[in-house]
Amino acid sequence: MVERTSAVLCTLTAGLVLAASPDSNVGRRPSDAEIAAADQTIFPDGRGLPRGSGSVKTGAVVYREQCAACHGPRGEGVDPFPAVAGGLGSVRSAQPNLTVTSYWPNATVLWEYTRRAMPYGAPGSLTVDQVYAVSAYILSLDGIVGPDAVLDQRSLPLVRMPNAAGFFVAPAREAIPTPARK
Amino acid sequence: MHDFSVGRRSFFAGGLGLVAGLPSSGRTLGEPRRAYGERAPAEHAKRFFRASATPGTGTSRTPLQDALGIITPSSLHFESHHSGVPDLDPALHELLVHGLVERPIALTRNELRRLPTVARIHFLECAGNSWQLHAGKTVSGVQESHGLISCNEWTGVPLGTLLREVGLRPGARWVVAEGGDASRHARSIPLAKAMDDVLVAFGQNGEPLRPEQGYPMRLLVPGWEGNVSVKWLRRLHVTDAPAMTRDEAAKYTDLGPDGRAQQFSFEMEVKSVVVSPSPGGRLERRGPHQVSGLAWSGLGRVTRVDVSLDGGSTWKEAALEDRGLPKAFTRFTLPMRWEGEELLVQSRAWDETGARQPTREELVSARGLREGPDGFDHYNGITGWRIARDGTVRHG
Repeated sequence: MVERTSAVLCTLTAGLVLAASPDSNVGRRPSDAEIAAADQTIFPDGRGLPRGSGSVKTGAVVYREQCAACHGPRGEGVDPFPAVAGGLGSVRSAQPNLTVTSYWPNATVLWEYTRRAMPYGAPGSLTVDQVYAVSAYILSLDGIVGPDAVLDQRSLPLVRMPNAAGFFVAPAREAIPTPARK
Repeated sequence: MHDFSVGRRSFFAGGLGLVAGLPSSGRTLGEPRRAYGERAPAEHAKRFFRASATPGTGTSRTPLQDALGIITPSSLHFESHHSGVPDLDPALHELLVHGLVERPIALTRNELRRLPTVARIHFLECAGNSWQLHAGKTVSGVQESHGLISCNEWTGVPLGTLLREVGLRPGARWVVAEGGDASRHARSIPLAKAMDDVLVAFGQNGEPLRPEQGYPMRLLVPGWEGNVSVKWLRRLHVTDAPAMTRDEAAKYTDLGPDGRAQQFSFEMEVKSVVVSPSPGGRLERRGPHQVSGLAWSGLGRVTRVDVSLDGGSTWKEAALEDRGLPKAFTRFTLPMRWEGEELLVQSRAWDETGARQPTREELVSARGLREGPDGFDHYNGITGWRIARDGTVRHG
């Protein structure tokens, strides 16, 4: 039998240091500026968030122009496109309504996804400030931030999402109980 | 370039015969050679998808009912895209490797190929494959229920080789992969997996990757949900923590009966399905037939497959066309006789961890019936096809 270990568990307990191949010239050396421009990784603690800010009020305008056609005037979704708001408290119910506000664990996830993937027809077209603004507006739809809120690279990671405690990382998927091999 | 084939064919088919006065009742010569082959005109297997308002987003499914052997033709490999198939120039498209590395690099596919390459056969399965069966729905056939899986030979550079090339700095624990599609699909992979068996692939079934499969470079993460095998790879960011992108923080999480959801449930567990007979097919004559199907496990090799013809009351061990390939299709077969009776044909598989494919009842009992953020992911329950007295095959 092969021991069922999880790569996730392994990596939580062990890092790795490797020396680069000496004298290799595979590829080319990118400039620091080039790396900085390409690096759009955003972490839940806010690392990677660019400097900028946006208000709920500005976000309402961005949302109406860029988002409402698919996600509905109040974030309720327009079939087949998903709701981005609503469903608070439904995660443990028989009919979960899993939206950004009811389900997603971190506000940074809303920011990073909007930044790289939205709006659907023109991903990457929103400015940094517009992404902060529209994130603030979506979070305001269910009162996660107030109607006068302004979010920036410091305040966004501090937003407390309602379902933040609803997730876990297990060392491996829990096995389904099956009777012994016949 | 001069096309020799046209001239030679017309010479033999027409000119020579007429000139020499040979009888005209002989066999006709066949089609000419061609530079890039096509399948026989009578063969029509194709991927299935429904029209939608966003044609570049969504899935197409592999016709497993038509599959022979274990390799899926590149043209029939299932698709799943978030923002269309990008048109990337292999001379210009570069992969950037940066973060906790000693020597950041940017490299084209041809530069990547200067590193040692391997070719490996692996399945790729969407996390949502067979969700309809978890939900208890009746399906039209195996393409609808299981078609979000394919198995190909992938050629590429082990990600571990590439990471050794650039060196890792203290604290390196995760690799964030980003695609070159419009929406920049991104997932985080633990370093232990990255160093184990992940490929930066550029070849598929002996050719460069197809555009819809990630041309010119992609990640291939064996045994794990397809969403992490990032296509059109443009960036690998070595980090100390996962990025928690949408598709790992919120989507592709498994909502359990207690309302808590598991993140990073990567592995696709042991699973099998009978592809012949299956709905759409028909047993035309009584007598001998072959039950044939596919089994796989994201945790290693398939070690055994049983087939039942009576809805699970009795089982017989099937023969494995076992090539000992971990995280790849294994073809199984079992001869059967059919004398016009009703049958319920099922299969169940084991893998080398000792895990058995569960029944739907066992799976639902453990995981419940509440839909998660993607509906149902990671369903690997036993499936059955009913054969009626007239030989027709259906589900449910």
